[in-house]
Amino acid sequence: MAIAIALILLLAGSILFHFLSPWQLTPLASNWGSIDDTIGITFWVTGFVFVAVNVFMAWAIVRYRWRADRRAEYEPENKKLEWWLIGVTTVGIAALLAPGLFVWASYVTVPDDAHEVEVVGQQWHWGFRFPGEDGSFGRVDTRLVTGDNPFGMDASDPAGHDDVLVHGSRVRLPVDRPVKALLRSRDVLHNFQVAQFRAKMDLVPGQLSYLWVTPTRTGEFEILCAELCGIGHFAMRGMVEVVEPEVFEQWLAAQPTYASELARAAPDAAAGKALYTPCAACHGAEGQGNVQMNAPRLAGQDAWYLIRQLEYFKAGARGAHPDDTHGQQMRAFAGMLADRAAMADLAAYVETFPEPPPVISIDGNPQRGARVWRNCGACHGSEGQGLQATQAPRLAGQDDWYLERQLENFRRGIRGRHPGDAYGWQMAEMAKLLRDDDATRDLIAHINTLALAAAPAPADPTALARRTD
Amino acid sequence: MAHSIYDAVSTAPPAEGPEMELPPHAHSFIGKYVFCQDAKVIAIQYAITATAIGLVALALSIVMRLQLGFPDSFSLIDPSNYLQAVSMHGMIMVVYLLTALFLGGFGNYLIPLMVGARDMVFPWLNMMSFWIYLLAVLVLVASFFAPGGPTGGGWTLYPPQVVSPGTPGVGGGIILMLVSLGLFIIGFTMGGLNYVVTVLQARTRGMTLMRMPLTVWGIFMATVLALLAFPALFVAALMMLLDHTIGTSFFLPSMLNLGEQSEHSGGSPLLFQHLFWFFGHPEVYIVALPAFGIVSDLIATHARRNIFGYRMMVWAIIAIGALSFVVWAHHMYVSGMNPYFGFLFATTTLIIAVPTAIKVYNWVLTLWRGNIRLTVPMLFAIGFIFTFVNGGLTGLFLGNVTVDVPLSDTYFVVAHFHMVMAVAPIMVIFGAIYHWYPKITGRMFNETAGKIHFWMTFLGTYAIYYPMHYIGFEGVPRRYYAYGETAFISDSVQTLNAFITIAAIVVAVTQILFIFNLVWSWLYGDEADPNPWKATTLEWQTPHNPPQHGNFGPELPVVYRWPYDYSVPGAKDDFIPQNVPPEQVEMLPGYAPAAKS
Repeated sequence: MAIAIALILLLAGSILFHFLSPWQLTPLASNWGSIDDTIGITFWVTGFVFVAVNVFMAWAIVRYRWRADRRAEYEPENKKLEWWLIGVTTVGIAALLAPGLFVWASYVTVPDDAHEVEVVGQQWHWGFRFPGEDGSFGRVDTRLVTGDNPFGMDASDPAGHDDVLVHGSRVRLPVDRPVKALLRSRDVLHNFQVAQFRAKMDLVPGQLSYLWVTPTRTGEFEILCAELCGIGHFAMRGMVEVVEPEVFEQWLAAQPTYASELARAAPDAAAGKALYTPCAACHGAEGQGNVQMNAPRLAGQDAWYLIRQLEYFKAGARGAHPDDTHGQQMRAFAGMLADRAAMADLAAYVETFPEPPPVISIDGNPQRGARVWRNCGACHGSEGQGLQATQAPRLAGQDDWYLERQLENFRRGIRGRHPGDAYGWQMAEMAKLLRDDDATRDLIAHINTLALAAAPAPADPTALARRTD
Repeated sequence: MAHSIYDAVSTAPPAEGPEMELPPHAHSFIGKYVFCQDAKVIAIQYAITATAIGLVALALSIVMRLQLGFPDSFSLIDPSNYLQAVSMHGMIMVVYLLTALFLGGFGNYLIPLMVGARDMVFPWLNMMSFWIYLLAVLVLVASFFAPGGPTGGGWTLYPPQVVSPGTPGVGGGIILMLVSLGLFIIGFTMGGLNYVVTVLQARTRGMTLMRMPLTVWGIFMATVLALLAFPALFVAALMMLLDHTIGTSFFLPSMLNLGEQSEHSGGSPLLFQHLFWFFGHPEVYIVALPAFGIVSDLIATHARRNIFGYRMMVWAIIAIGALSFVVWAHHMYVSGMNPYFGFLFATTTLIIAVPTAIKVYNWVLTLWRGNIRLTVPMLFAIGFIFTFVNGGLTGLFLGNVTVDVPLSDTYFVVAHFHMVMAVAPIMVIFGAIYHWYPKITGRMFNETAGKIHFWMTFLGTYAIYYPMHYIGFEGVPRRYYAYGETAFISDSVQTLNAFITIAAIVVAVTQILFIFNLVWSWLYGDEADPNPWKATTLEWQTPHNPPQHGNFGPELPVVYRWPYDYSVPGAKDDFIPQNVPPEQVEMLPGYAPAAKS
């Protein structure tokens, strides 16, 4: 008896839950309302069966409960009933399948007027490429991928020169215009999921896959990776901004083409030397850093990272947070650099600095820190050497007081949450691994051991002076 | 009615093969309980090993749930070991617990007893099957202690990710995982050949195929599926091992490993997925078919009614088994395979719903007009039907290619497959353990504890998985360590996740009561009646309880009727065992012995 009541209560509860649940499909932002319709049909058909079968079962449990003076009916089979049930079930299944197949036919058929965008997945961020004025993509090859050529563009294919390259994980699309997304990966499987678009598809290395969608309303929609791709999977985010067509065209025209990247002059360290003069006051003549001035070490940091951070400071993607006092100071200086070429020159000059031995100022338990580090090492390199592929800067050898402050900034949302900071969101989420200040210090203690291991053995051990502040 | 499979006949057809020669009965402790060739002991060895490693997987699921329910609270759970917990939980539960327990455990115990055989036909091979399985489990456990820990690439082990440096466990963990799978398959094949040949060749006189209990049909068909499906996993594991160790390129195209060019070129990640799911989908039925079979017998026995539509039930098992080999790519609708496959695989997948629905109807129609005893096994059987109907119906969402698109890789999938192939089969496992416990141990379990176990598990698992579907509707992807600040995921999802975690902890703790009941009752329980449920099948008719070496004493039983002669009109008792000849059936006064024909 109790079980029959429980079944009825569970049924009633399930139905109530379904209608009262605040958790429903996210509001649609694409043409795929037909997918939602198939879900709706499936709900009604399956919901009916769910209720019918279980109500019947609950009723039977009560009606035919055990009585010592009664016998069950002996009826091995009932052909007529069974064939009826098979027939009705088949009809129900067909009613589900037919609309599903119809919608699928449109899902796999890209409209002729669709424009194209290529989505490139990599651990653990997104990149985008538009075909440019000639309307066709240039040849790419994974073998050609380098730090400076993340798309693997083939310079010998002229069709690629006008391709528009969107570095970073934000892309814009015009509203009400069908778009075919060509999907490829340069490392492992990923999946391009925008919940509001409904459509999704895996990115597979070694081949192209695709989906198409017509965005139907403007707004920002998050791209989540929906295929497990390693430690950073949960933090592999992107953003689609659906905008009016004219806004889109303007934005697209402002993005660099492959030709413009090819045409960049080689950075000039000599020119950078002149630009470095104002920097030296805080960061030191050889970029050695100065804790009193709250200026981190620059010597040994990779140019690609310095350039990006200078761009962020200048654009306000970093340092604009009201609680980031030192970042605000830096913004003023970054604003003095005219353009990206100037930043590249400056970074090239910084790269010429000799690397001083690491300076240790933070105590912690490096063994405990090593446990957390295996997550960090996936992006920053197992020795903390930094990896351009994952857009993660070098950490080993950086001033530890600076690492501590930045981790704190990431944890508190002072750094990394600005929409212009393409990779900061990821780091801000990762920094949550550090549950308290002790955990941060343990991690930094471990990074310090990596720095010491990598540093050339000093002639005089006392050269690794402990800073006492 | 003319002569049909449902009528008892007094002249039983001969057995398929001659009676087997048993290995001599062992007398030493080691011979009896360790290196034992008796299928009943091997069954218990399988069951204990599977349960032990299953408890590890249960603990791993709690690790996951703690992180999902209360993120940023547990400093010991980081993205690496979260993924490792997810991966190992899935692999252990599907392969090392469910497959091993249903086939190695219930298959070994029940097949010889239910078909009237003295033992499996190849006892030594059967023993080896267990020891290789144990070795596979030990290698799996060793991967937890490998440098870098076990693999964190997901239980589906998709390359290139699972062998690339951005994934935990690429050192020793993945290698040990693949070796363990290879061993498992070798061990399983030894056992599986035994089950199939025993069913085909060692049935006793009169035990025709259409007189086999559905339990045997389910396990038999599942074993056939496993023998055909596991080789696909075996070659996939072997190829991946070669890719990862000596640098072949079966599954790995030219690609980058965290910015470094890899040496591989020309391999296909999708090839692995096809091989994996060519195994992986039948695997669902390798777990489900034994559950289907066993639950049919539980329902018939405890509802005191013949299973409704036996022949249709048998054909449904065969049809599901056959169809299960042509639906695999419904796991790959959004994998980047040629999307036109979607038409084919959506169609085959939805067709498989028809025989599955028939089974559900017939279980419910068996209850209808029955005389239902709400014993602990029956409660679990009812819990199974409810859960399975729910999980089966959500399969119609995911199998239908269009509907699958927004839901795939979300929590809807997690909720669906846990409902249909985790909770539902586990309900049957619990019911079956309670049902056969008096036969296996000769003792009766504590019924109150059994009922508490049922209610907590049934309601608890529903509280976990029903709401989880709705997280999936919202588009929340699975296999995420944390969700961070995501605009489209509402804050209340976190509240719901916390609720689910609490329900999961309650369910997990309840299992302690179950284990305690099993152990305590074995030691101190009341002595059980040899046939406490008044069941018809042969295992309840053994001369000794629990059955001894050779199962049936000097003479093998002879079978005269199908296994579902419950509440036969006119018969004095409400059950007639399969080995009772028609002329020996005690009839009620006023009924002629031949009243039925």
